[in-house]
Amino acid sequence: MTPGFVRKADVALTVNGEPVEATVPVGQHLVDFLRLELGLTGAHASCEHGVCGACTVQVDGQAIRGCLMLAVQAEGTEVWTVEGLTEQAAITDLQDAFVARNALQCGFCTPGFLVAAKDLLAMGGVPTRAETREHLSGNYCRCTGYEAIIDAVRSVAQARAAKGAV
Amino acid sequence: MKASAGGYARAESTRHAIELLVSADGQGRVLAGGQSLVAALNMRLSSDDLLVDISRLSELSGVRDAGGTLRIGALTRHAEIGRSQLVRTHAPLLSEAVRYIAHAAIRNRGTIGGALAHADPAAEFPACALALGATLHVEGPNGARAIAAEDFFESVFTTALDEDEILVELSLPKCGPGDAQVIEEVARRSGDYALAGLCLVKRPTAYRVALFSVAETPVLAQRCMAALEAGDPDGAVEALRAEISPPSDTQATAEYRRHLAGILLRRALARLQGDRS
Repeated sequence: MTPGFVRKADVALTVNGEPVEATVPVGQHLVDFLRLELGLTGAHASCEHGVCGACTVQVDGQAIRGCLMLAVQAEGTEVWTVEGLTEQAAITDLQDAFVARNALQCGFCTPGFLVAAKDLLAMGGVPTRAETREHLSGNYCRCTGYEAIIDAVRSVAQARAAKGAV
Repeated sequence: MKASAGGYARAESTRHAIELLVSADGQGRVLAGGQSLVAALNMRLSSDDLLVDISRLSELSGVRDAGGTLRIGALTRHAEIGRSQLVRTHAPLLSEAVRYIAHAAIRNRGTIGGALAHADPAAEFPACALALGATLHVEGPNGARAIAAEDFFESVFTTALDEDEILVELSLPKCGPGDAQVIEEVARRSGDYALAGLCLVKRPTAYRVALFSVAETPVLAQRCMAALEAGDPDGAVEALRAEISPPSDTQATAEYRRHLAGILLRRALARLQGDRS
C-alpha cells in the first residue's frame, strides 16, 4: 500500500442517536454500511449511482444520497435513517399521510421519499405543487405515478402550517 | 455494483493533499463532494484509485468579496452557492444555474470545484465559468498558478490540471450595473443532464455566450457573440447554429441539439428584453 493510504479505516459516528464505531473497507458506501453492518435496511441500495433516491438518508441535518457518500466520509457525522426518524416520531404525520393518500404501493422507494420530504418540510411554509414536485424529482417511484405522494406531502405541510408548527 | 477503491487518505490540509497526490504517483484521485466520483467508483468506471479526500478542508469552502472579484472556494457546495447572497448579487448566473443541477440531495453534497475539475461537458458550472470569464486557482507541488477558464477545459472529463494539482478556488469578475446573466437549458426531466444548455452574459460593450452539452467541452460561441455585439440577434442565432457541431446520442440528434441551441439563445435574449422593460 502506498504510504499514507489505507484500504480499511476506523470510523466513529452517530446513527439514529446511538454512537457507532466500526472498521470499514474504504470503498464501502454509507448505505451499504448502514444495511450490512448495522442491519438498518430501511434505506435501500438500488441504482447505486445517485439517480433513484431510494438510499436517501439524513447526514448532519441534510438529505443526501447514501450511495454517493463513502462510509469512511461519515466520520464524526450524525446520521438519521427512516428507522430512527420513525422511533423519534419525527415523521409520523408524513407516514400517516402516505398511508391515507395511498402514496405507496410496493414501498421500496418510500423511505427515500420520506427523508426527502422531511427535508422539504423543514424549510417551512407550504410548498406549491410545483415546488414539491421539483424537490422530490430526485426520487423514483415506479408504482404510484407520484400524484398521491405530492398530495401526501402537501397535506402535511398544510396541516403543520395550520398548527403553527414547522 | 460496489465501489472499488485502491486506497483512501483523508487530507489534513491542502499541502497534505498535494503530498498525498505526489506519493500516489498518478493513481491519485481527489475526492471532494463525491457526487460524480463515488458514482463512477460504484460503476467501476474507475478502480484502484487512491482517493485523496479533501472534503474536510474548511479553508477551501466559502464565498468572499475580494473587491473587484468574487472568490468562491472549491469545496463550496451547490446548495450553499444557491443560498449565498454574495453570489446572487455578484454572479447571479451561478445562483440560477444551481436549480438546474441534479436534485436537492445531490446539491447538498456536490461542490463547485468538483464540478469544474470533473469537466463533464453536460454540466452547468463549467459553462458558467467560461461565460463569466472565471479564473481557476490551482495549487501543486511547485506552487500556485492561475488558469483562465478558456484554457482549463481540454476534453471530456479532462482539464489542464496536472495529476498532483488541486483546484482550490475560482475568481469571477463581478456583475456590474447594467450587466445581465441568464442560463437556459432543455432537459427531459428536472435534474437530468441538459440536452443542450446556454449561458449568456451581457456586459456594457460585450456579450459572452457559452454552451454545454453540445461538444466535448463547454464552448464559447465566438461568432454568435460577435453578431450580438453588432446588434444582429437573428444573425447570432444563425452563427450559433453554424459554429457548433454537437454529438448525436440516444438522448438527442446533433440536428436537434443545434436547433435547441438557437431556441435557447432566443429565450435568453427575450429575458434580457424583459429585464429592461
